[in-house]
Amino acid sequence: MSAVTAEKNNSLWSDARHRLMRNRAALISLIVLTVIIFCCLVLPLLGFLHDPNAQALPDKNLAPSGAHWFGTDNLGRDIFARVVYGGRISIAVGLITTLVSVTIGVCYGAISGYVSGRTDAIMMRIVDILYALPFLIIVILLGKTIEPATAKLTDTVVGWFTSADASVESINATRAWIEPITTLVPLFVAIGALSWLTVSRIVRAQVQGVAKQEFVEAARSLGLGNFRILFRHILPNTLGPIIVYTTLTIPSVMLFEATLSFLGMGVKPPYASWGNLINEGANLMLSNIWLLFFPTLLFSATLFALNFLGDGLRDALDPRSAKD
Amino acid sequence: MQARHPYKASQNFSTGKNSTAILAPSHKNPAVMLRRLIILLLPALGFLVSCQKETQVERANREGIFLTGNSAEPKSLDLQQVTGVPEGKIITSLFEGLVADDPENDDGTPPGAATSWEHNDDLTEWTFHLQPEGRWSDGVPVTADDFVFAYNRLLHPDFAGPYAEMLYFLKNAEEFNKGKITDFSQVGVKAIDDHTLFVKLREPVPFLPSLTRHYTWFPVPKHVILKFGKMQDRFTDWSVLPNMVGNGPFKLKTWRFHDVIEVERNTYYWDAKNVGLNGIRFFPIENPFTETRAFLSGQLHNIYTLPSDLIPAAKKEYPQYLHQEPYVGTVFVRLNTTRKGLDNEKVRNALSLALDRESICKYIMEGYTPTTSFVPKMGAYEPEPVLSFNPEKARALLAEAGYPDGKGFPRFSVLISKPDAKASIEAMQAMWRKHLNILVDIQIKDWGSFVTAQQNLDFDIAVGGWIGDYLDPTTFLNLWTKGNGNNNTGWSDPAYEALLSEAALTADAAKRLEILKRAELMVMKAQPIIPVSWYSRNYLLRPEVKGWHPLLLDNHPWKSIRLEK
Amino acid sequence: MLANIFSRLLQGLLVLFVLFTVTFFLIKALPGGPFKSTERAIPEHIRAKIEAYYGLDKPTAVQYVIQLKNYIINQDLGTSLRLEGRQVSEIIGQAFPVSCMLGVVAMMVAIVIGIPLGVIAAWKKNSWMDYSAMAVAMIGICIPSFVVGPVLADQFGRRMSLLPAMGWDATHPTSWILPSITLGLATAAYLSRLTRAGMLDILNQDFTRTARAKGVDSFRLLVRHCLRGGLIPAVAFIGPAFAAIISGSVVIESIFAMPGLGLHFIKAIQVGDAPVILGIVLLYGLLIITANFITDLLGMWLNPRLRGNR
Repeated sequence: MSAVTAEKNNSLWSDARHRLMRNRAALISLIVLTVIIFCCLVLPLLGFLHDPNAQALPDKNLAPSGAHWFGTDNLGRDIFARVVYGGRISIAVGLITTLVSVTIGVCYGAISGYVSGRTDAIMMRIVDILYALPFLIIVILLGKTIEPATAKLTDTVVGWFTSADASVESINATRAWIEPITTLVPLFVAIGALSWLTVSRIVRAQVQGVAKQEFVEAARSLGLGNFRILFRHILPNTLGPIIVYTTLTIPSVMLFEATLSFLGMGVKPPYASWGNLINEGANLMLSNIWLLFFPTLLFSATLFALNFLGDGLRDALDPRSAKD
Repeated sequence: MQARHPYKASQNFSTGKNSTAILAPSHKNPAVMLRRLIILLLPALGFLVSCQKETQVERANREGIFLTGNSAEPKSLDLQQVTGVPEGKIITSLFEGLVADDPENDDGTPPGAATSWEHNDDLTEWTFHLQPEGRWSDGVPVTADDFVFAYNRLLHPDFAGPYAEMLYFLKNAEEFNKGKITDFSQVGVKAIDDHTLFVKLREPVPFLPSLTRHYTWFPVPKHVILKFGKMQDRFTDWSVLPNMVGNGPFKLKTWRFHDVIEVERNTYYWDAKNVGLNGIRFFPIENPFTETRAFLSGQLHNIYTLPSDLIPAAKKEYPQYLHQEPYVGTVFVRLNTTRKGLDNEKVRNALSLALDRESICKYIMEGYTPTTSFVPKMGAYEPEPVLSFNPEKARALLAEAGYPDGKGFPRFSVLISKPDAKASIEAMQAMWRKHLNILVDIQIKDWGSFVTAQQNLDFDIAVGGWIGDYLDPTTFLNLWTKGNGNNNTGWSDPAYEALLSEAALTADAAKRLEILKRAELMVMKAQPIIPVSWYSRNYLLRPEVKGWHPLLLDNHPWKSIRLEK
Repeated sequence: MLANIFSRLLQGLLVLFVLFTVTFFLIKALPGGPFKSTERAIPEHIRAKIEAYYGLDKPTAVQYVIQLKNYIINQDLGTSLRLEGRQVSEIIGQAFPVSCMLGVVAMMVAIVIGIPLGVIAAWKKNSWMDYSAMAVAMIGICIPSFVVGPVLADQFGRRMSLLPAMGWDATHPTSWILPSITLGLATAAYLSRLTRAGMLDILNQDFTRTARAKGVDSFRLLVRHCLRGGLIPAVAFIGPAFAAIISGSVVIESIFAMPGLGLHFIKAIQVGDAPVILGIVLLYGLLIITANFITDLLGMWLNPRLRGNR
């Protein structure tokens, strides 16, 4: 039986890839995502961008032009450079947090849904309690506890990249490169570790549904271990909703980052993330529409692509969908 | 039977083609249903929209009601328990001090609750004659005793009035407030008869009439307060609906948290025939961008602040609404002089010299004036222009202090609390990096932690702002005395305080201002604070509002405002 | 069934108690305090008096017991420390109806937009209708509410002067439109995606074919047989989402200056106004517990296989 399952899983994944390649929307999304991620990660290294933090006050609020592709913001900074650098931060934060939260949520929800009975009830009441906790207070507290540690982390990482006799100017430049990431990552790992509740509820509902099915009973009657049944047989059948939910979590994390920036715990000025670029753009809409338009465009394009890709993956991975 | 179970196990895969084939389109398809639903809903939406035939401002014009943005929900309307400007706006509609605000002139002293007043030669003893027709909004006469009761209440140690220090000008008031004396009759205020109030001050106060326009000097209704509790009870129900009673041109009508506070005409007001409005609605809108949108959508006659980033757009598109007027206030940054690095006067001077205030005011804080000193020009007082932009000198000073080229300079954070201030601080951050090679962080904190951090001296650099309470430089200079609750820099200097005391005892006005100027120079040299700009009031006002004139303290008397229909 | 409900009630009470305790100590751990956060500093000797007046000078454990006693024995939520002297019950009594009504209207917007979109998309899978339905839904996810809100307010308020850009007036439905759409849009997007996913699960199953073979026409098939099962993920989402809509409307309340609970909550956190924070947190907790309970009941009704479970 186990050999049969393994064989089927292999074909499942190769079929999935095949199906994904035939889904035009998903394919385009994949390309768009690759381009955006590539731009955000590689363009800053090439050195032809403006310094995203360099101000030229007299050139503030310029419309897009050859010198400034996306125009300039209210302090005369190049919006294109800021969007690219901001994307680096937003993408990193979105991926890390989602990874942490989905991993915890899937494990917790799967176990809860599978064991059922009293343990399930207790596990779900714990989720209720956590749900009802004021998330914002906890995050404020967390931010305060983590702050000194992140400062040290930044110093350490900057130390790796600079030599002892480097000039103040070059150290400052290295810092500006590393700092926005290192100050955020620990906080967002922690946020991920707190925001798995909805995933766990969805997975639980799915697992409960699948666990009642005949093939699970069959597997159990064959004497397979609970762990094996759960993670090899039940979970793959719930992958669709999990992937859909994952693609929905990434944007909400990016948005949460913006809210945190407002409370002083997100990315710190002068650095930018997509979230706080958009936030600022929305406020300053009346005086400079480009400040809202371009970050929103890139942000939305990324999320659109993520969602279509998620859909495509869902269809491709769904064992019940078409097999050509 | 099986079909009833949605989660029927399906190990054999069905094909996508088949499932679409099953679900062939039909005329009953949900898309059609949805379209019908939308068509049905559209008229309903149209009806809702057509309800708003006139804008809220147009309706308010017809009804004679002024709609104004008020920035924040008042902590309370008990005028002796609050300290903020938003509370003050509402309170001045409900209460009136001895002297009223003049609609056109900051120095004007039109009669308020008092019809006339006189003082002795050295300006330490004042007698106020109250309006014979003065009445509370429940019809009970306003007497001198109400004033004595008010000052007694605010200064009583058990009452713990947060702004009691505004009354320290009264003889022995400070001692009574701090519990050093317990007999209130020793404090310099007395009701000679029902309509005569006598005030004895600890020092000559030439600006006393201007001072009594501040709400800490207003009377409170003794008969109402005692009905709901003892005098020194902190919060009783006297200051909420329906109990609230005042002596101002308006009385409280509605109060919904974070929604609206509405006041209506007080028919018992002595000057009721000259009150131009039937009522005022104060909207506590915290987000200045929301407030601006509401104004431009025809929901407000006037807004509290126009964010400086929106000034250029307002200039271009809405010049008919935009008002930019000077305001006695200073934007500055506090330096924590107990921090290593910032404890060095040269470092503080270097930080100040590296700031290009002209550019900040020209490009970011539009309408604000670059500071050349701390206290804004007011009346006869004009401070020495000592602040300048000089990067070379700044670098030289920093090197002298032991940080050549910014090397080894500690990493400091600048605390800010309002996202609105972010742009100007980012500009300063960039200037310090560019001219001094210094990196600083910007930390946005919520208001609570922002204030706490400063009071505990648990910060490096923090953005600050101060608005004058009355038109005299001491409202600014007193901040930097030792123990002042708003100093928060760790800096103090006995010589500075000696100068201030000397000024307080000098009766000759010109000489007094000279001494204050010398004191200000001391602060500017030691630089525990770096002034950035002098405030400007940027706001939007509908053209149909009449009787509203530019004022330095921004206290527009509500009774003179009129709406043109 | 009755025993089930009774045990859920007990569990709910336990949750509330834990919630109360955790929140209480979290608040005490927050820096600052209601009397240090005033716009102008209060002199030290006066602040000490105020804090004594409210019992804030007592040890935390004593404060905890007093607070708990007030809640349970006196059934008193206490008074706010920020809006001093005002009853917490009065504050919540004013703000909750606003948040609740906003939540209900926004949820209606979300359901009316989200579920039909999801059904259509699943029905016409991979057709232009699917793509456009999902694209419309995705606007809700991809454009954050702090963009949608100001843009709508700018368009319908400033430019067209049709709808108010600020405020919430229970007697003027015009003031409901923009906030509810802004708030409901994101939920609609999530709902439509979950509905689509759920419907696809059902539509791909054997029994639909069986039903077809029996000659059931496709619309009846959709409504009678597929909708019920296909809505499970969406329904599992609606309960928590409703609670989240009510507790998470801070951004909307700030954009449209609405007198809801969210604003009170944020302000209370900023100044450490413990009684208000506790009151609102407990209310949110109650709301979430109820929502989840109803969701579970609905889930049992929709998915008969779960019935024997508890």
